[in-house]
Formats: sequence, structure tokens, C-alpha cells
Amino acid sequence: MDQYVINLLFVGASFALYVGIAIWARAGSTAEFYAASRGVHPIVNGAATAADWMSAASFISMAGLIAFVGYDNSSYLMGWTGGYVLLAMLLAPYLRKFGKFTVPEFIGERFYSPTARMVGVLCLIVASITYVIGQMTGVGVAFSRFLEVSNTTGLLIGAAVVFFYAVLGGMKGVTYTQVAQYIVLILAFTIPAVFISLQLTGNPVPPLGLFSEHTASGQPLLARLNDVITDLGFDKYTAHGGNTLNMVLFTLSLMIGTAGLPHVIIRFFTVPKVSDARLSAGWALVFIALLYLTAPAVGAMARLNITDLMWPNGTDGQAVQIETIQTSPKYDWMKTWQETNLLGFEDKNGDGRIQYYNDQNPRMQEIAAQNGWEGNELTKFNRDILVLANPEIANLPGWVIGLVAAGGLAAALSTAAGLLLAISGAVSHDLVRGAIAPNISEKGELLSARVAMAASIVVATYLGLNPPGFAAETVALAFGIAAASIFPVLMMGIFTKRVNNRGAVAGMLSGLIFTLVYVFMHKGWFFIPDTNQFPDTVAGSLFGLKSTAIGAVGALVNFVVAFTVSKATADTPQEIKDLVDSVRSPRGAAAAQADH
Amino acid sequence: MSSRNEPKVGSVEEARRKYWRANIRIIVWSLLVWALVSFGFGILLRPLLKGIEVGGTDLGFWFAQQGSILVFIVLIFNYAYQMNKLDRKYDLDEQ
Repeated sequence: MDQYVINLLFVGASFALYVGIAIWARAGSTAEFYAASRGVHPIVNGAATAADWMSAASFISMAGLIAFVGYDNSSYLMGWTGGYVLLAMLLAPYLRKFGKFTVPEFIGERFYSPTARMVGVLCLIVASITYVIGQMTGVGVAFSRFLEVSNTTGLLIGAAVVFFYAVLGGMKGVTYTQVAQYIVLILAFTIPAVFISLQLTGNPVPPLGLFSEHTASGQPLLARLNDVITDLGFDKYTAHGGNTLNMVLFTLSLMIGTAGLPHVIIRFFTVPKVSDARLSAGWALVFIALLYLTAPAVGAMARLNITDLMWPNGTDGQAVQIETIQTSPKYDWMKTWQETNLLGFEDKNGDGRIQYYNDQNPRMQEIAAQNGWEGNELTKFNRDILVLANPEIANLPGWVIGLVAAGGLAAALSTAAGLLLAISGAVSHDLVRGAIAPNISEKGELLSARVAMAASIVVATYLGLNPPGFAAETVALAFGIAAASIFPVLMMGIFTKRVNNRGAVAGMLSGLIFTLVYVFMHKGWFFIPDTNQFPDTVAGSLFGLKSTAIGAVGALVNFVVAFTVSKATADTPQEIKDLVDSVRSPRGAAAAQADH
Repeated sequence: MSSRNEPKVGSVEEARRKYWRANIRIIVWSLLVWALVSFGFGILLRPLLKGIEVGGTDLGFWFAQQGSILVFIVLIFNYAYQMNKLDRKYDLDEQ
């Protein structure tokens, strides 16, 4: 059967499943729309949170970023898992005890200020929309490949699907659909990894294969990888080449951003009890870890496979012939991905071979001069295609490729839906009902929620046409924004009674503006290309920090400003102190729920 | 309020205060471990661990790509377990 048909079958069948579940569990009331009636078991909620959490960034993009950079991008692995520890201990149980629907609602009540609530809405929308842009980038890559269309067309088709899908159900529909999506995406990610790990190391468990012996060479896999890529002038895979301060701050930004992202936090409003909120975070991390422990293996093994395909006679032999690429089925993936404009190769010196090496490396430039090479001829390899192309690179059967297609789309769709739900909740519940029209009917509130979803998709799609980076990098910026604006104010709201309304508003605004301005100055204003003032590199940037690392500094700004302003203004009233006391104790969580 | 046969721990306010202090203590210890395995072993202390070989590379690399994640899972389940005990001890669990 043709691969195109197989892809369509897998993608179509998985979509039919999600839509079926979404219709079966459709939200009837506003309570169900936002919080699924708080009837969700911690393990179910953990799986749904994992699907919500693992987006196009984790599934499609992350392994590729690790593959081409190596150790330094371990930040993604530690950052996107370490945040769950903060979530479980610093936020989730207390916010569940508080027992409302949205994050701005907590901010508004704890800081007894409608202004604080509105600023919370603003922070939430900025972080979430940036996040959706990253998802759209991933959706565009996936659709362009599997429907064999250009990247732009793929993006537009993806936007239509996300819209239809997210508008259909609220949290209840989304929760059960997301469990199905988790199963599809984890199978799609691990099955090819198992095959590849067996091929290369004989070990069927990819995370163990990563540290095992490479069968063909008899060396440890990572040592083998280091050898072949340094032969081609690239940095050692396992070495720390980048800036240490940036790596630490980037990891920290991802961690606190994880704990500050509204679409993840609202998941913990849906569990029945405070103790379940803690367990839910643990289960979510277990489900997430299955992918996160596999991803570095996928990255390293794919890098090795690609290098071997480009240098079939070894790195000291002759490079692959163009004729082989054109005729051998092992190289079909290069031709199909070339059509998406995300992969490119060009025989610059006309010797009928494609030399892939680091042409910035002086030693390689000497070798190139001796051999008559005129620069690296694998001219383009978009990091975001690595995971999707991986089963083809490893020559796996057609059904595995179809499964990966379905998995990538499941990852992107589930997260986009969760984010859109958080945005629409903030707009309809906090902005419309909370401020503009307090007497709006349930029906009107649901309608405004859906309008907000549609508007967000349009904005994210437009900006996704010229994304500020690869999917995972754009998503990392969203984390920086959430880290600097939402996390500090939630944490202070629970762990200190002293921070007051003015402190919270000043803290959120300064954290948000500081981070956003820094990101825009390095990535382009409103992410429009070529409007940036500084290059986004360690050496060229304003404070020697890349835009992805600035969120942690923004969070510090937020904390410092909030405390300073609070010290200079009136103390929090007694009833707020009582509220904080009640949030800290699990007793009475059922009553908090019954209020609604 | 309490119908259990546990030792009295003073007034409700007193219980809440002690409960919260115990909670903070568990959090601080957990976060120390959290930082040690990720920022410590995974990044800053990696040069110190380079003598310990793991499958073609060193222990710091393993912590950065796998070890820290496994420790995070243990930390959360341990926290959930400790807090359930604490909830019951101070009679603040959900009924």
C-alpha cells in the first residue's frame, strides 16, 4: 500500500476516535466545560495532563534539538520534567483547595483586586498564545509532510482542524480525549525507538540502549557518536560546549514556567481531593517520563543513523553518491522531505556526491580544500523534522511511519486544545463574566469562550507562518513568560500573607514587561522577523543571556518588586489572611467544591 | 471536630501552624535534592563527576538526560506519601 494512504488511514482513524470521544463526553454545563465536574481519577488525570503537556515541542521538536546540539540541550529534559516537582509541592494542592475554575480567579481573590485578576488574564493570554504559535509550527510541519503539501498549506489545514476540534468540547470532552491521545502519542514515540534501539544496540529499551554498546563498532553508542561527528568537525555530543550560566537559567525558566502555565494548572482543579492533586502531579510525571527518557535515545540514535547514511563508507571514506540518493529506497526520506522545503541538499562541487560536514571548522576547511569540497552539501536540515523522519531514516515498516504521523498530530492537537481552553476560560469567565458583563447567561459565557478560541487560533496561525524559532524554542519562550509573570504571584499568594494587592499587580506587570521586552528585542517585536535590536546569541545579547534564559530573571524581578511594593503599602486585610490559612489546609476541600 | 483516637495536638490554629511548618520542612528538603540532581550533578558539578564512567560518557551526562527525571518522580510520590501522613497526624485531611 502507498505510504500516503497508510498515513491518511492512521491519522484519519485516530481523529475519528478523538472526535467520537469528544462528542460522547460533550460538556453540558459551564462547570463541566471548565473543570469536568471534578470527577476525574488521579491516574486518568495524570495521563490527560501528560497529553496536555507533551505538545508538538516535546514530540516533534525536542529530540531533534537534542540530536543536533547534544548535551547542552539537556535543559529541555530537566526543565520540562523538573517543573512538576514545583507544581506538586508549591501550587497544585493549594489551588485545588481554593476550588475555583481559573488561575486569574485565584489571583483576583487572593489579592482582593479585580485589577490583579485582569493583569492575570493578560499574562495568561500572552503566555498561552506564544505557546500556541509553537504548536502551529509543529502542526504545519506534520501536515505538510503527511499530506505532501507545502509548509504553509499544512499550517492552514492544521489551524482548521485545531479550531474544529477545540471548539467542540470543553474540559470534560477534552479530558477523556486526551487520555486516548496520550496512548496514541506514547505508542507512536516509543515503538520506532524500540526498533531503532534494537537495530543499533540489540537492547529493546531505548533509554538503556543509549548507554549500551553499538553492535556494529563494538564501542559504546555515545563514544561511537562522538567519534563520527568529531571526524566531521562537529562538537562532541556529550561535551558541554555552551555557556553554563545560560544553561542553568534556561533550565530554571523551563521549570518554573512549567509550574506557571495555566493550562497545566487548571488540570489540578479537576481532581476530587487535595491529596489527589499531589498524586496527579506524580502520575503525570510518570507518563511524561516515558517519553522524556526515550527522547534523548531517539536524538542520539538518529544523529548516528543520519551520519552513517551520509557517509556509508565511514567518515574517512567517500560520501554518499547522488545517484544512490535518487535510486536507493533507503534514501527515499530525503526526497520526500525535500518537497516540504524543510530538508535540502546540493552538490556544490559537482562531484556527484553529497559531503556533509561542519564547514565552519578550520580543520575541516583544510580537509575540504585538499579534497575539492566546496562547503557542506546537506544544506538544510530543519530540526523539527527529525522525529517524524526518524522511522523512514531507520527504514522501518510503513505502518510505523503512519503511527508516528498520528502521534505527532495527537501531541500538537491535545496541547493546542488545552491552551485554547485556558485562554477561552480566562476571557469568558474572568474578563466577560468577571468584569464586562457580570450578569451574562451561561449560554452567553460559553459563546464568548468559543469566540475567544477562534480569535486565538487566527492570531497564532498568522504568527506561526513566520515563527520566531523551531517549535520547541518558541514554546520555551512561552515558558519564560509564564515563569516571569504567573508562577511568582501564585507562589507568593500561598506562601506569604504579606504580599498585597498592589505588590501582586506591580510584580506581575514588571515581570511580564521585563521578559516580553527582552524577548522582543532579541526575537523581533511581536515576533515579526528582522525587527530585533540584538542578535539572540550569548555574545551579542543585551545581558549575555539568550531570550530563552531570561524568564528566570523576570521571575526574580517579579518577586523583588512584589515584596518591595507590599512592604511600602498597607498590610493584607484579615479575611485574606484567613483565606491563605484555609488554602494551606486540605480540610474542607469538598465544601469549597460544593460552592459551585 | 475530631472523632479520631489520635493524640491531641492543641488548638486548631496550633495544629495548622505546626502542620504548615512540617510541610515547609519537607518541601525545602525535597527542593534541595531537586536542585542537587539537576543543576548540581547535571550541570555545575558535572566536571567533578567526570571520572565516573557510564556507557561511553560520564555520570553527569546521565543525570542530565535520565537520572534527574527518575529522581523527580521519586520526590513527588514521596511528598504525596509524607503529606498524607501529615494530613492525618494533624487531623486536617479531607473527610
